[in-house]
Amino acid sequence: MVTLLAVFCSLTAFAFEQKLMSVQVKHGTVRSTPSFLGKVITRLNYGDQVVVKAQKDSWSQIDMPGVYAMGWMHTSALSSKRIVLKPGASDAEQAASSDELTLAGRGFNQQVEDDFKSKNPEIDFTWVDRMEKIAVTQDQIQNFIMEGALSPKGGSQ
Amino acid sequence: MKISSRRNFIKVAAKLGFWGLAAGPALIVKGCKTLDEMSESGTTIGIGGFNINTASIAKSAKAVSKSFEDITPEQEYYIGRTVGALVLEKYKPYENRMANLYINVLGKTLAQASEMPETYGGYHFLIQDSDEINAFAAPGGLIFVTRGILRCCQHEDAVASVLAHEIGHVQYKHGLQAINKSRVTTAVTTLAIEGAKTFGGDDLATLTRTFEGSISDISSTLIVNGYSRSFEYQADLASVTILKRVGYNPNGLVDMLNIMNIRLQPGGSDFVKTHPAPSSRIAEIQKNLVYSKVEPPSVRQARFKRALGRV
Repeated sequence: MVTLLAVFCSLTAFAFEQKLMSVQVKHGTVRSTPSFLGKVITRLNYGDQVVVKAQKDSWSQIDMPGVYAMGWMHTSALSSKRIVLKPGASDAEQAASSDELTLAGRGFNQQVEDDFKSKNPEIDFTWVDRMEKIAVTQDQIQNFIMEGALSPKGGSQ
Repeated sequence: MKISSRRNFIKVAAKLGFWGLAAGPALIVKGCKTLDEMSESGTTIGIGGFNINTASIAKSAKAVSKSFEDITPEQEYYIGRTVGALVLEKYKPYENRMANLYINVLGKTLAQASEMPETYGGYHFLIQDSDEINAFAAPGGLIFVTRGILRCCQHEDAVASVLAHEIGHVQYKHGLQAINKSRVTTAVTTLAIEGAKTFGGDDLATLTRTFEGSISDISSTLIVNGYSRSFEYQADLASVTILKRVGYNPNGLVDMLNIMNIRLQPGGSDFVKTHPAPSSRIAEIQKNLVYSKVEPPSVRQARFKRALGRV
C-alpha cells in the first residue's frame, strides 16, 4: 500500500515538470488565483526563487521556499535564469559563457545612471521619478472596468 | 513645445549623436563581431586602458552570443528611465493631475491584458504639453502621449487604442532592438571581465559610453527616424488584441487614425515623420478587422469628457 502510494505520488509530481524560476521584477505579486483579480497573498523581491508547480494560460502556480502556501504569479514576472544578487568572480565568468545566469546590479545600473547624469547635467530626471511614483491599485482598476461597462475576457485578465 | 526646451533638446540630441550629426560614442569593441566570433579568433578588446584577448575569456567555457534579448529587465529599466528623460526634453509634461490619473488607470488596465503585464519597474503614463501629434514608449513601460494625439481621440476607446499601441512596443521590446548590436556585446564583455566588482574609473567610463550610445540609438529611433513599418503594424495589431480583451471596440484605433489623418501637418517632426501614413495603417488593420461604429456607453463617454474634455 505504501509502495503504491509512493508510485502514485511520484506520477502526479511528474505530470508537470517542476521548474525553478526567479522573480525578475522589482516587486513581484503573488495572488490566490490565476488572475489579477486574485487576492494578494504576498509580495516577493527581485531575484527570489520559486518552484513552478503548474501553469494555466499566462499564469504560473508557485511554491515559495519557506512559505507554507501556494500562489499564482503572472509568468511575465518570472525568468528561467537564476538571478545572482551578489555576483562574485566565478559568477561573472559563468554568466559570460552561459544562458542560465543573470547578474543583478551589473551592466547598466544605478551607478551608470549616476555617471551619465554627472556627464549630462542638463538632462532632467525629475518627471521620470515623479511618474514612477504614480501608483494605481487593483481596486481602482476594478472600479474603472465596472464603471466603464467594460467586459474583460481572455488574455492575461 | 517651448523654444527653450527645443533648444535644450537639440543641444542634448547633438551631444548624444542624434541624426548622425555627431559621431556616436566611441565603440570599444572593434567591428561588430559577437562574443562567440571574437572568442574563436581571440580578438583584442580595450577595456579600462588594458588590452585583453577575448580568447582568455573562452578558455574555461564557450562564450555565448548576446543579443537584445539578453538585456535583463533591470537593465531595460535603467535604459527606459534615461530614454524617458530624453523624451521629456522634447516636450514638457502637461501638469493636469486628473487627466494624468485617468491615463494611468486606463493604461494599467490595458497593460494587464497585454502579453507582458509585469515589467521590472511597471507601467507608468504621462501626458506631454504639446500640440504636436506624438506618443512614445520607453523600454520597460514609461509611456508618453502628447495633448495633440489625445485631441485626435473622440472617445475612451480611441485613447485606449493609442496607449495599447505603445504597450505593444514595450511588450515586443522594439526599443531595445534599436540598439546597435555591437554595443550589447560591449556591455556584456565588460560584465564578463569586471562583473565581480563594483565598476570603477575607466571601466565605468566604458560602460557609461556604451549606455549613452544605447540611449542615442533608441531615442533617435523614437524621436527622429521612427521604427520600421512592420514594427508599427505589429504594435497596431497588439493594440487591437488588447482592446478586444478588455472589452473596447478595436475600431477606436481606426477612428483615431482617421482624425489624425486630417490633422497631421506636412513637414512636421511628429507622427507625420516617424510613422506610416494613417491611411496605410488603417488599410493594414482592416485586413483583419471589419469596421463597426464605436458607440461607448454614456457613463464611459462622460468620464472621458470629464478627464480629457479640455486637453
